Amino acid sequence: MTAPNPLQIAGRTFTSRLLLGTGGFTRMETLGAAIEASGTELVTVAMRRIDPGAEGSLLDVITAAGVGVLPNTAGCFTARDAVLTAQLGREALGTDWVKLEVIGDERTLLPDATELLVAAELLVDDGFVVLPYTSDDPVLARRLEDVGCAAVMPLGSPIGSGQGIANPANLTLIVEAAGVPVILDAGVGTASDAALAMELGCDAVLCASAISRAGDPVAMAHAIRHAVLAGVLARGAGRIARRTHARASSPLQGMPEFAE
Amino acid sequence: MIFVNGEPIDAGGEPTIRDVLLARGIDPETAGIAVAVDAEVARRGVWQTRTLPDGAHVEIVRAVQGG
Repeated sequence: MTAPNPLQIAGRTFTSRLLLGTGGFTRMETLGAAIEASGTELVTVAMRRIDPGAEGSLLDVITAAGVGVLPNTAGCFTARDAVLTAQLGREALGTDWVKLEVIGDERTLLPDATELLVAAELLVDDGFVVLPYTSDDPVLARRLEDVGCAAVMPLGSPIGSGQGIANPANLTLIVEAAGVPVILDAGVGTASDAALAMELGCDAVLCASAISRAGDPVAMAHAIRHAVLAGVLARGAGRIARRTHARASSPLQGMPEFAE
Repeated sequence: MIFVNGEPIDAGGEPTIRDVLLARGIDPETAGIAVAVDAEVARRGVWQTRTLPDGAHVEIVRAVQGG
């Protein structure tokens, strides 16, 4: 068995096809162990007002794990706020990569398509490697690629919902049309969701809550790591066609005939 | 009066960004922090020299856990 080709985003090579969100972990020790168990090489962080009393242990954990950091624009509702937040992330963390989120609705946390596209174009023009969190709309995914995004990150279902991939048909359309990596972002509830995303042709999966809020986050990180690998291998292996009726795999010939 | 992370502060005169960080108990050498003044990023290189006029809105941020 050969290892699948590594993932490439904007010229950077990743052996792991699992990105990990750092949100939701209740202890830094658990986050560190989950990073290791997941095998990830890139973890997301949010940018928020500094609390002078807080210790700076998050970056210490990420640095100690030896993984890359991907600042996001979570919580932004306008292109303007998202662009400024991305610029603050670049200044704070010394990376021009950004996971772009522009939210349009508090209850569903679904992306605001028009603000997202405006922000993506502004950030690409400003030299960012833009990885946009988007809906599962194939047309919007294409538009994001057209303005120069380095990947597209469609949701499987709403952030933190654990509903899995609500619209596999749309995700397939996005994968078929995309000329940049497709990273399933949001909605994964357990390992099989991540495997399905890869079987459908996604290039990577990003998980946060599925791991951080699992009963045993480190064990789930381990499980999803293997699910992603299983999914990409299965995609490469080629699944059988679905059939309406059964098709025996044992030969029909040579059946013994038993005496009455 | 200037506003630092939403709180009004009477820093006296026209403090630099560095002055404001120190007044908030933040070491300006801390890695992983960034500053915006009136909705524009103020690069680390100007913290020592850039003064903040009355009414300036300063945001000091850093990385926190997030998906």
